[in-house]
Amino acid sequence: MPRIESAEMLKNIQEKFRKELETYPMVISICHGMSCRATGAVEVANAFEKIVGGSDDIRFIRSGCQGFCEKGPLSVVRPSNVFYQMLKPGDVNEVIQKTVERGEVIDRLLYAHPTTGEKLGKEHEIDFYAKQHRVVLELNGYIDPFKIEDYFAHDGYSGLAKAMTGMERGEVIEEIIEANLRGRGGAGFSAGWKWKTCSEAPGERRHIICNADEGDPGAFMDQAVMEGNPHSVIEGMIIGAYAIGGTDGHIYIRHEYPYAVHTFQNALEQAREYGLLGKNILGTGFDFDIQICFGAGAFVCGESSALVRSLQGQVGEPRDKFVHATEQGYHDEPTNLNNVETWANVPHIINKGAKWFRSIGTKNSPGTKVFSLVGKVENTGLIEVPMGVSLREIVFDIGGGIKDGKEFKAVQTGGPSGGMLSEAQLDLPVDFDELEKAGSMMGSGGMIVMDENTCVVDVAKYFIDFLIDESCGKCLPCREGLRQMSEMLHRICDGDGKLKDVNDLEALGETVAATALCGLGKSAPNPVLSSIRHFREEYLAHIVEHRCPGGVCKALISYHVLPEACTGCGSCAKVCPSDAIHTVPGKKRKDGLLHEIDLEACVKCGACIEICPEDAIEKRSPAEVPVGAAGS
Amino acid sequence: MEAIKELSVIEPTSKTEKEVEELVKDWGNDREKLIMAMLAVQDKYNWLPPDALDYISRRFNIPKGHIYHIATFYKVFSLVPRGKHILQLCMGTACHVRGAPLVADSLERDYGIPLGGTSEDGLFTLERVNCVGACTIGPVLVVDGKHRGNMTQHRAGAVVKRLKRLAEKEANNA
Repeated sequence: MPRIESAEMLKNIQEKFRKELETYPMVISICHGMSCRATGAVEVANAFEKIVGGSDDIRFIRSGCQGFCEKGPLSVVRPSNVFYQMLKPGDVNEVIQKTVERGEVIDRLLYAHPTTGEKLGKEHEIDFYAKQHRVVLELNGYIDPFKIEDYFAHDGYSGLAKAMTGMERGEVIEEIIEANLRGRGGAGFSAGWKWKTCSEAPGERRHIICNADEGDPGAFMDQAVMEGNPHSVIEGMIIGAYAIGGTDGHIYIRHEYPYAVHTFQNALEQAREYGLLGKNILGTGFDFDIQICFGAGAFVCGESSALVRSLQGQVGEPRDKFVHATEQGYHDEPTNLNNVETWANVPHIINKGAKWFRSIGTKNSPGTKVFSLVGKVENTGLIEVPMGVSLREIVFDIGGGIKDGKEFKAVQTGGPSGGMLSEAQLDLPVDFDELEKAGSMMGSGGMIVMDENTCVVDVAKYFIDFLIDESCGKCLPCREGLRQMSEMLHRICDGDGKLKDVNDLEALGETVAATALCGLGKSAPNPVLSSIRHFREEYLAHIVEHRCPGGVCKALISYHVLPEACTGCGSCAKVCPSDAIHTVPGKKRKDGLLHEIDLEACVKCGACIEICPEDAIEKRSPAEVPVGAAGS
Repeated sequence: MEAIKELSVIEPTSKTEKEVEELVKDWGNDREKLIMAMLAVQDKYNWLPPDALDYISRRFNIPKGHIYHIATFYKVFSLVPRGKHILQLCMGTACHVRGAPLVADSLERDYGIPLGGTSEDGLFTLERVNCVGACTIGPVLVVDGKHRGNMTQHRAGAVVKRLKRLAEKEANNA
């Protein structure tokens, strides 16, 4: 493998691999994202490889996450762009025989439009893809993340060559400031200014860190970037190191992402072999390398000062921010920390210019943002949209609306630090400032859609309990304040809430937000405060009417069999753990016996609803009292 | 002088110590690699055996108190042996709204596997993890490293029963 010693040489190598890829008339790409792997993509890919592996006519790649996780495992056959979904190993032969050899399209493997039922054969015809604008995820699906050669063939590392051989360090920083690239980790601080401060801070060594500790529950954007296009992150980091004068690089990846670690490790080795990491990069005399470090399951370590302490082998407790990490971070030396997605944006900005970047998105939040669209939405998956699109477009156009035709209730952005937004905020343009004004935040990009069967008080309780678990315990407002908030929320969900609790929650939430030490504590009350702001009536329903509108809070619901729908099959009685379901004597229907739930014995586990084939069991709220107890 | 000499020359003696040395030998004396070293130990043994931590303490010259501080702060570490099969139930937001808590209740109630604990027969440990990044197919149960999506009480029960049968079969064969 040749070491790339100049920009010229890089060009030749890119050209060579581009030509090599062009010799293949056809490409089959199987998605190997997390969700697709969990639904059987590995088996499907193996079946493909057995047939077409080593062929000169067909190139077969296991790509990074292509986004439409709901319908995995996915495959795309190029250049015809035929898109197949929910593949099984048994389908592979047919795909090869019909689509690959004869160019036919297999109808049953196509995606059907959820409302019209029309079969759509091409990727770009599907709303989910058509409305996106892909920059960071552009190459996911086109390249093999385990081959640096694929990245070269798609102009990979051109940005690095342009920055290092054609631009002064200051110019690179100016370009990033000009592009107004804001930190994709959630806070939205200007990356360019951060670079500038770090580069000007006094110190002999400067550290470049990539934050890949994606701890937000319900978010997997960074995982997809690391698994799908690791070299874009590496290239971004080297450009950053060059501009800032970085001496060493670290990437902090959470331990729960072993496949991302594996992919990244391989990418680092390949970059080293080509001389893009190590000594004398591109013959410019600049030295830089990146090390991987693992997170060990602590949400707070996504906070920059906690992450730095964790890197140093300490417990991840944040410190106060009188002095910024850009001046005194890792080893008390200047440190520049950016999120995976921020780094992945850098090569594009250098390549295509700040002006191009600013042409996408809104004035104050240019560029695109990757979101993981999950929860009770028809098309779940990974999406990339320009900043400024409305929540409605994301949920209803790209997401295809709410699952099973239910009613929309809320969307949670920003994970545990963000907030819940209601129907009234759906037309809000999604950018850093607008979301914050509405009481939520951009966060790293998790977007969880909730339908009428979700209880907002329960979700607020879930987030607070999550944060209690994840709070490092260093400062009092976070450690004790959240605990008190949790007690009140539990009371409300158990039907023992008082009206005063809602006011207390608001007052305490504001106090915690104002006085906590780090970002985790400051934003921790957001889910509660925003849900009270937008869904006050749900809190009141719990307290005053003892009614849980979502039908979630166990103390406030009861289960009932609908006699007109029950066929008497008995599945529910079999799974009931508390023997609370009995046949009713004398009430025989012609299809079989009718069942009834003994309200006193019922533990409200929901096993019967899950198994019932006829949807004949319903939840009622407020809970109906057992017949025997009614008189007392 | 003698004390310093003792610190600098740490020879692995027992079987565990030799195994641990094998895991951490590339990192020299770099004390910043403590968490990485502990993760490697946990990956090998499924938990952090005291004698392994003892060795790490001497090898990197780090007080044991600090090591236990780390072990109790970070979620992945376990100071007690874990079950033969590790079940990790994702409790991320997406999994939560799709019914993960009901699955957790069911595993404890019906099969005696408490969340955050080990079943009495030592066969299963059920852990709560906060998002494995497979939100689109939630609730997710990770069974010995393999992700299983769209989990229900019923399907979780089937997984447990299958593994139990397997264990019984193995016991009978032995």
